[in-house]
Amino acid sequence: MCLALPAKILAIDETSDMATVALGDVKKDVSLALIEDAQVDDFVLIHVGYALNKISREEAERTLQIFAEAGLVEEPAR
Amino acid sequence: MKYIDEFRQRELAQKLANAINKAVEPERQYNLMEFCGGHTHAIFRYGVQDLMPPNVKFVHGPGCPVCVLPIGRIDNAIALLEEHDVILCTYGDMLRVPASGRKSLLKVKAAGGDVRMVYSTQDALKIAHDNPERQVVFFAIGFETTTPPTAVAIKQAQAQGLKNFSVFCNHVLTPAAIQNILESPEVRDMGTVSIDGFFGPSHVSSIIGSRPYEFFAEEFQRPVVIAGFEPLDVMQSALMLIRQLNEGRHEVENEYTRVVTRDGNAKAQALVAEVFELRRAFEWRGLGLVPYSALQIKQPFAEFDAEKRFDVPTIRASDVKGCECPSILRGVKKPTDCKLFGTVCTPENPMGSCMVSSEGACAAYWSYGRFRRPADAQPEPAARQDSAQESAA
Amino acid sequence: MSAVAKRFPVRLDIKRGKVDMTHGSGGRAMAQLIDELFVKHLDNELLRQANDQASFSVPAGRMVMSTDGHVISPLFFPGGDIGSLAVHGTINDVAMSGARPLYLSASFILEEGFPLADLERIVASMAAAAEAAGVPVVTGDTKVVEKGKGDGVFITTTGVGVVPEGLAISGDRARPGDVILVSGDLGDHGVAIMSSRENLQFETQIESDSAALHTLVAAMVAAVPDIHCLRDPTRGGLATTLNELAMQSGVGMRLQESDIPIKPAVNAACELLGLDPLYIANEGKLICICPPQHAAHLLTVMQAHPQGRQAAIVGEVVEDPHSFVQMETAFGGSRIVDWLAGEQLPRIC
Repeated sequence: MCLALPAKILAIDETSDMATVALGDVKKDVSLALIEDAQVDDFVLIHVGYALNKISREEAERTLQIFAEAGLVEEPAR
Repeated sequence: MKYIDEFRQRELAQKLANAINKAVEPERQYNLMEFCGGHTHAIFRYGVQDLMPPNVKFVHGPGCPVCVLPIGRIDNAIALLEEHDVILCTYGDMLRVPASGRKSLLKVKAAGGDVRMVYSTQDALKIAHDNPERQVVFFAIGFETTTPPTAVAIKQAQAQGLKNFSVFCNHVLTPAAIQNILESPEVRDMGTVSIDGFFGPSHVSSIIGSRPYEFFAEEFQRPVVIAGFEPLDVMQSALMLIRQLNEGRHEVENEYTRVVTRDGNAKAQALVAEVFELRRAFEWRGLGLVPYSALQIKQPFAEFDAEKRFDVPTIRASDVKGCECPSILRGVKKPTDCKLFGTVCTPENPMGSCMVSSEGACAAYWSYGRFRRPADAQPEPAARQDSAQESAA
Repeated sequence: MSAVAKRFPVRLDIKRGKVDMTHGSGGRAMAQLIDELFVKHLDNELLRQANDQASFSVPAGRMVMSTDGHVISPLFFPGGDIGSLAVHGTINDVAMSGARPLYLSASFILEEGFPLADLERIVASMAAAAEAAGVPVVTGDTKVVEKGKGDGVFITTTGVGVVPEGLAISGDRARPGDVILVSGDLGDHGVAIMSSRENLQFETQIESDSAALHTLVAAMVAAVPDIHCLRDPTRGGLATTLNELAMQSGVGMRLQESDIPIKPAVNAACELLGLDPLYIANEGKLICICPPQHAAHLLTVMQAHPQGRQAAIVGEVVEDPHSFVQMETAFGGSRIVDWLAGEQLPRIC
């Protein structure tokens, strides 16, 4: 449910509150009406033509780090 | 694709698979329900089940707004087209969904109905602008994720003084449905199934935050892990659920921290609260009437409510006899337990809600998983039964 | 050409003119349209004879014939238009038997009011495609329907060709152990079409792969006459075509997702629309199934041809009474690659 994808903000048009975003090589215009303080270069989650949320780079890195360490960590004692 | 490809890496999947294998207690069964169709889709599309130990089972929940929309509401939308001659704008997902009398929006379109597939509420507004002499109705479906864009459109229509735009609102709420599943007699009392833990919605939670699930974790003593929709997210979240279960914990944890916070998107929540209010009850296909599980448009925006602008009767279309969707949606039965599955009910000709969209439990199972081991293999379609036994192994 | 123009006192106003009912009525207006637009571009010896049929001698061997109606919206898209598509589509259908395509016919159904300038652009593109392929359009027909009863223009093309001796290419010949090859990146055509449709609104550099594949096929059958199956994965994409072949041959298939060539932009567009690239249409790609001992050589031959540079081995034929097409996912799991259920529609959930 709720197909939403991370895309990078390339440009912002403040009068219309719209942004051009890129998902890989594909570009699309989305509304910024649902988020605050969007900046060019931010990654946002897009859904039905709207940015829903900003994506936290730090948290994304941290999650990937957890994946990478998954096989290494000792299981807590049962 | 940044933030997508990294979360689909095979090497990391292997690492997580090893960690999960180490974590599970061999004598214990882990039944983990993913509420969202997005998770169901990821599990089947990437073959995540293959990387899980046999005692970890995914139970596919009702989290697909297309699947759970009752037939009566689609009949209503069709009546708007046929009786009121409106332009009906809708997301592509709704076009093929069967309504009563073997109709669907696609078929009504073929018969001359003015159905327009839109990608965004912005497109629907534009169609209203471009066709001032016609009534334009946006057929709004979706969970908390998809509701804020509808709220934006209604506010814009009001600001622009649009007189020919209205919304047929079918937005529904996830927490109410999860509660309904947990409170059903099968799950609570009969002990026919135990859902041990939940994968919490990813994009719904991006709006509502993780806080609303704290009640379930406490009330029903089940762990919830908010999980991203990429396959590695699903695996990591499974690991987190397994660890909680092993340790006897039932907390709300968040794996999808790159998007979801405890409080969610305040701006979107405020918009939704301004435009919508709770319905006392709403029918879910497969679950029946669920109290306080859907939204309607508030009085100050009543002129944009298609249910007020047009006469929209309540239609109670009954589900198909023999369809096991109610049990499947509650995790009591598997798709293969249903007599209709794969015989008269297929993605080409769906009978029940779980077969309607590719994210429904039955459709995903049919499209991606029906070669699996005999324990949960499909019943063969009657025509092929003779030649094709035993070979599912 | 100048001789042709003199037959009619006032030249056809291609710049501003529109198709009207007289262009299909069989009278002078129709003759003028044919002369000044169709023959002008598609000109060749057989067409110039201006008979209701083309007559020609054929080389010895087994003849093949194929027909294909082309309806597409929009008529002009990145990488082609309905004219070039109508030529490539039928050449490819003929070529998938291993045949050398010889001649095409073309039948146009025009909608009243259709701009002659657009029609000329389409016919010119068709002529260029036929010229480049070396397969001329030798006979044709034009009809006009009232406004609202067509979608601008529909083009039906029919092609004939001759199969060289010793070939037996057919969809029912896939055998367990055979190797499955594709000739290049998948999904370009479908994504290019969707990107140019108004209501989807996304921007990409992807162009349609629309191309004639008969010279690639000629190189392939010359190198490996024992090719079992050839088919172009048009509507329904790779997934649907492989399911057709599996069903026809009574076999299963096993694919390796990581070996299937797909451009990143096609993947991105599919993510955005909630579509699976394996189901997206192609107009310049082929699927080949051949015995395992020839696969490596055939791959080299394909990659040496301009239409096959990105060719790849993507899987193998297996025994399976269910005729399932299965795939090992790049993620490390497995799944079925099923028939397409209905039309693929963009989804939001």
